Amino acid sequence: MQVIPFLICFPLLCAVLMYCIRADKVRNVIAYAGAVIIIAATALLVMQWMMGGRQPMELYVHTEMVNHLILAGDFLLMIVVTFLCFRYKKYLICLLSIAPTILIAYVELAGPELKEIAHVRVDYLSILMCVIVGLIGSLIVVYAVGYMDGYHKHHTEFQDRRYYFFMILFLFLGAMFGFVVSNSLLWLIFFWETTSVCSFLLIGYTRETEAINNSFRALWMNLLGGCALSVGVTLYIYSKGQDSLQELIRYGKYLDERHVIAFAVALIAFAALTKAAQMPFSTWLMGAMVAPTPSSALLHSATMVKAGIYILFRLGPAMSEKASGNMIALIGGFTFFAASVMAIAQHDGKKVLAFSTISNLGLMVACAGVGRAETIWAGIFLMIFHAISKSLLFQDIGATENATHSREIESMHGLLYRVPKLAIFMFIGIVGMFLAPFGMLISKWSALRAAVDESNILLVVFIVFGSATTSFYWTKWLGKIISPTHNAVHTNVEDITQKSETLSLTIHAVLMIALCVLFPVLSVNYVEPLLIEQFNHSAEVIPTAVLYTLIVIILLVFLVPFLADRAFKNRRTNVKLAYMNGINVGNNTGFIDSFGEPKQLWMSNYYFTKYIGQKKLMFPCQLFTLAVLIVMMARILGGVF
Amino acid sequence: MGKVARSPWLLHYDGSSCNGCDIEVLACLTPVYDAERFGIMNTGDPLQADIFLITGGVNTQNKDVVKQIYDQMPRPKVVVAVGVCACTGGVFKECYNILGGADSVIPVDIYVPGCAARPQAIIDGIVKAVALFQERSDEHDAKVKAEKKGGR
Amino acid sequence: MSIYMRVIFIICYVVLAPFLGGFLEGLDRKISARMQGRVGPPVLQPFYDVQKLLNKQVIAVSRAQTFLLMTYMLLMIFTGAMFFAGSDILMCFFILATAATFLYFAAMITSSPYSTIGAQRELIQMMAYEPAVLLTCVGFYLSAKTFNVSDIAASPLSHILYMPGFFFAFVFIMTIKMRKSPFDTATSHHMHQELVKGLTTEMGARNLAFFQIAEWYENIFLLGVVALFIINNNPWSILAAVLVILAVYFVEILIDNTSARFRWDQMLKITWLVTLLSAGVNLLILMLIS
Repeated sequence: MQVIPFLICFPLLCAVLMYCIRADKVRNVIAYAGAVIIIAATALLVMQWMMGGRQPMELYVHTEMVNHLILAGDFLLMIVVTFLCFRYKKYLICLLSIAPTILIAYVELAGPELKEIAHVRVDYLSILMCVIVGLIGSLIVVYAVGYMDGYHKHHTEFQDRRYYFFMILFLFLGAMFGFVVSNSLLWLIFFWETTSVCSFLLIGYTRETEAINNSFRALWMNLLGGCALSVGVTLYIYSKGQDSLQELIRYGKYLDERHVIAFAVALIAFAALTKAAQMPFSTWLMGAMVAPTPSSALLHSATMVKAGIYILFRLGPAMSEKASGNMIALIGGFTFFAASVMAIAQHDGKKVLAFSTISNLGLMVACAGVGRAETIWAGIFLMIFHAISKSLLFQDIGATENATHSREIESMHGLLYRVPKLAIFMFIGIVGMFLAPFGMLISKWSALRAAVDESNILLVVFIVFGSATTSFYWTKWLGKIISPTHNAVHTNVEDITQKSETLSLTIHAVLMIALCVLFPVLSVNYVEPLLIEQFNHSAEVIPTAVLYTLIVIILLVFLVPFLADRAFKNRRTNVKLAYMNGINVGNNTGFIDSFGEPKQLWMSNYYFTKYIGQKKLMFPCQLFTLAVLIVMMARILGGVF
Repeated sequence: MGKVARSPWLLHYDGSSCNGCDIEVLACLTPVYDAERFGIMNTGDPLQADIFLITGGVNTQNKDVVKQIYDQMPRPKVVVAVGVCACTGGVFKECYNILGGADSVIPVDIYVPGCAARPQAIIDGIVKAVALFQERSDEHDAKVKAEKKGGR
Repeated sequence: MSIYMRVIFIICYVVLAPFLGGFLEGLDRKISARMQGRVGPPVLQPFYDVQKLLNKQVIAVSRAQTFLLMTYMLLMIFTGAMFFAGSDILMCFFILATAATFLYFAAMITSSPYSTIGAQRELIQMMAYEPAVLLTCVGFYLSAKTFNVSDIAASPLSHILYMPGFFFAFVFIMTIKMRKSPFDTATSHHMHQELVKGLTTEMGARNLAFFQIAEWYENIFLLGVVALFIINNNPWSILAAVLVILAVYFVEILIDNTSARFRWDQMLKITWLVTLLSAGVNLLILMLIS
């Protein structure tokens, strides 16, 4: 079973190579090779696990050496953070790193004797995360090679530090692999902090003032989560004398809420909220937009935020029908609704994606908070679809920005006719996010039903209103892409997407479509066993036969008009000018104004910035969620002591 | 083939009229005359209209507009000039900016006289236009049929 | 419900719905005319209109519009067929939302100002009515313990007894869905000149006929949902359902003829408020008693 250490250490090796090699071409080749090897190793891991009868693999019981290394790693991270905090004069933030590190060091060196446990555990959920990290993460690396090339050609004002950028990317992947396979919570904390620091370094890549401020915001929020995690783990270790995640979940499930474990679970769940960018901590993800696009793609789809979701899915059974579960479900549901409302007011494509990430993560978090088999089913599908679709969309927006020099949604008017390839990828990504019969929608359906079963009325209301606002901003965007271009000046756009970018985009799009068609297969063969493993019973969410008929019929519905269109092509259709009171200039791009001068027609979407802009809504929402967090945490704490 | 006369949809365009005829056109739709009982609707959209109702003469500014709106209407279509101005230019005929009646830019089928044209006269004109509309529709169908045969 | 019954229901819906829908619209126009003191067009007028539209020269502003409108129509038929076959009601409404998205595309693809304005407003309308629609589904689920239309319809008591609040909210948003004033912001049946014909501005001839037929299918589907509130396992309840449908339709006509159009923000606020107060409170009560 050497694959797992390989998966963690190989990206580390790649990272070192990336940093040392300063010749672009050589480094690019190594980055490609690294990505391919990571995918292959992930595939090997999946194979081995399948060969082992898909049983959970528990490994590495005696690991004193590694334990010490990881403790050293904790200190290394602390030193890096402290150094950077002092360099940029953000002194207070370093306390958030020093305190938990010292706490953990104390627990490990002077704390109770820990029971012997398997430090690594690979089960269905870990495998799924490994596949997402390995596949999507590697594809993002492939994409980044082409993208960063174009990026530094356009942005000559930034220092070209690609060696550094790729180093962090690989480091990130390694940390994520470590995170999802760790069963030992002490290991988990180390990988957790590594991802926090990596994202901090990625966000500050350009070294602009804004980038640096945003990166420190991301840092302190995530370190705050890290503190909560450390305290939670310490409580658990002192109360049970071991640090196994699996056992924690078991204890959480069977012990009642008066036990200290309940508070430990709540603290870890709180940490997950910061990582998953839930309100009131969602601003760090918004700030992360300043970094080059591949890092956004990585943060939003395969890594970072998914780490928070992963840990919540793990804790799901332990939180179900407890105060902590209610807190998580409430925060998640509210974030789902509030973020989707704010997404309407955004006109920067990347910001819409960011808000939609926060919003979708909110739904996943709510699913985890309810903690029933049905909701975890929904949550897992949301996570899979979201990972692929967001990665696709971010990469596509990056490529579009390189081609059209803008990522405003308004300037994507008629993208289908200007950069058709990218527009179609964008279309696939967006449609996968919300339209029937694709997966997201089924997941939403199932989440709604589970919320009703739970009699969680607030969650029902949030899902119902949130799905209305969600479809509003997506549909609005889709409409922009397909409208015929109104800007004759911008029609000659050169598609400068590089081969590596196109390759990554194509694989994503194919994956997306395949997933939409095959997801009943995935549900039966993968997600249901996963639920059995976690809950000892599965969820008959939607009968498979119904799903299949649905898919077949929907395909037919799309096929018939297509064929009809073909048939009608032979009949003559007279193309008329659009109606503009008879004053258009001879085509549909302009009209004659009252002075007899031709004027460009310019059509824009609704944004309602005045009513629901980020500036107006963000603060009250943060305040509300903060209040909920404080009250609920106090309640849980009060129940324990 | 189909009986289209039961559903004539109007498009009303005001050229450079004094608004007298326009008021009378609207009067046709009021409860007193209720043109809708014949299935007549005022659409305001050339792409959906069958009968082009034009009031007032055509001037140098709106001649392109009239042409464009006429072109946007799908065949079969009928043009009705309502009021003296639309028929010939009327009292404005000799003005520096007036080209003349509607027929100076588009082919007019029915002329409804009057200054302003009375609602009865307008409805009478529309009824005549509807008959013509049916006739043209039949011709159109025959042509489409012949085309189809020829195509095969 | 046996598979044969389901097939029969689907066939009945696909064949009869446009006729029924057109007939109801004819009645609508007649009654509206009478309310305004006019004679009004013949009851079969909508059919004459569609027949004429199909007979006209085929025109389009954008060739892709026909394709999109046909998808809209087929998805609409599919929604109704799923509903009348007794399938999952929540899924029906999800597919209905997809259908509406295609209508939006059909309007946006023309790059015409009026059509675009109409389409944008249609989108706001969708946002306004979607919560009420989804909550209605949730209400049926709570009341009947299932999303399946066939099972909902076979329960011993009419569901309206448990869910009057949902019924009110649903009838309220039907005003939007049926494009009646005061919520006819996306398209106007009469010559409201500020947005010409709204999102149907660029649909001429055959395309408009497709749109019209799709609307009829949609109306029948929505009225079917209204009937679902009433129907129980007693055959006589069908008669009651028909009466309620006619009453609801009449109320919609009355509202249409007695109100002026709202702005988008007024519409959104009122609709969401009604949804929350009426359906939300009903939901709370249902959850407490169950």
